[in-house]
Amino acid sequence: MKNNLIVSGSPHIHKEESISRIMWTVAASLVPAGIAGVIIFGLDALWVTLVAVIAAVLTELVFEIWGKKKITALDGSAVITGIILAFNLPPNVPLWLPIVGAVFSIAIGKQVFGGIGQNIFNPALVGRVFLMASWPKYMTTFAKPFSCDAVTGATPLALLKEGKLLEHISYLDLFLGKRGGCIGEVCILALLVGAAILLIRGYITWHIPATYIFTTAAFTYIFGAPQLFGGDWLFHILSGGLILGAFFMATDYVATPLTARGQLIFGVGCGLLTAIIRLWGGYPEGASYAILMMNAATPFIDRYTKNRIYGTR
Amino acid sequence: MKNFIKEFTKGIIRENPTFVLVLGLCPTLAVSVSVVNGIGMGIAATFVLLGSSLIVSLVRDFIPDKIRIPCYIVIIATFVTIAELCMKAYSPVLDRALGIYVPLIVVNCIVLGRAEAFACKNNFRSSFCDGLGMGVGFTLALILISAIREFLGSGRILGHTLIKGFEPVFVFGMPSGALLVIGLLLGFFNLLKNRKT
Repeated sequence: MKNNLIVSGSPHIHKEESISRIMWTVAASLVPAGIAGVIIFGLDALWVTLVAVIAAVLTELVFEIWGKKKITALDGSAVITGIILAFNLPPNVPLWLPIVGAVFSIAIGKQVFGGIGQNIFNPALVGRVFLMASWPKYMTTFAKPFSCDAVTGATPLALLKEGKLLEHISYLDLFLGKRGGCIGEVCILALLVGAAILLIRGYITWHIPATYIFTTAAFTYIFGAPQLFGGDWLFHILSGGLILGAFFMATDYVATPLTARGQLIFGVGCGLLTAIIRLWGGYPEGASYAILMMNAATPFIDRYTKNRIYGTR
Repeated sequence: MKNFIKEFTKGIIRENPTFVLVLGLCPTLAVSVSVVNGIGMGIAATFVLLGSSLIVSLVRDFIPDKIRIPCYIVIIATFVTIAELCMKAYSPVLDRALGIYVPLIVVNCIVLGRAEAFACKNNFRSSFCDGLGMGVGFTLALILISAIREFLGSGRILGHTLIKGFEPVFVFGMPSGALLVIGLLLGFFNLLKNRKT
């Protein structure tokens, strides 16, 4: 049926793109951040990531066999979900945590809606928020960077929230990832390398990441300090999961708006919510909640930013 | 007699108020944190359903059509007040746990729905069976949901720890967990129904 569907007249250009090719490229673009995570936090980070990926792929496989659907477990999308979920976890979590999270991500975040292309939320973030709400004590104790024993410390944003950020962490340390945090979010440099691959290949556009980061920076600059226009905006860009979120989670194809105009609104919304949660909310970091909330708003954004068809009103 | 049994059993499975009619979700979401709360709420709602179905079906010929809903509300509110005062007198702990949701049975859509859809058209015996069946169905649904939530959310059932070393999934103790459990159970029951047909 689908093959008989002819969309429009010639000329057509055939492109060597497919879902699985895009997905595997995205997965590959996450590898630098993963390597950086392993270097910073040790092999724990590797095990957490591997376990999450395997659990995600297996869950997808089980659901597709059970639902007698086409087996797409190895098209890379489940792998990405696993990687992104693991990147949002502290490196020192017990290994059942990524398993539960990955199963929840795929089962509840993706398959109950009908599998790939149907999910209304970013599956990895659904899993992450589920874990955060269920086992906060594991999700908020972070291993200190470059320490092989089980030394834990808080993230810079958590310290800031508690008013304990006494000595200033240098921007270079934040940029290279020498701080407490989740596996994949700490090394901004590695994330930017991956993001550059996606941008150059044209798999993501600048709209969402740029507006997202810019809005967060502007908002924290204006309201981030006791007096107006004195916030440490660079600190807010470099800490937490903002960069990971902006380039890899807020650009999910399925749960984000279709048009460029919609994507701009989406990015601004994410940025505002992230900054508001960071500055005044109960949690130190709000990137995942911000993206999920804007995922929920995506159908409305799509409705009001529909491109006008030429010749109609 | 057969007819009455049919009216009674339809509320439990075929027209279960929670899983098939999807009515009365507000108290279901709110009180299904523990099995004790679920049972208490179920019994209170069953009592109100029984009383209101009976009275509404008895006076159905005297109520003018235009003001029937206010009349139902007055009848229902009477029974809710009885239930609430009894609960306050004999089980203050449960009363504190259920809080505002006992008085809110007045606007519970199962109770009003049965009065409007069934009791005002049928004789008092069928209405009594219908109310009882719906109440039992609601109670069973509440027990099922609250058992799942209490076990996953705190690792206990009726206050007893079942598995040592089980790490409770806090989210199931929160309202979002109630939505998850209800959604999954709804899907599960629909699956069973589709398999059958």
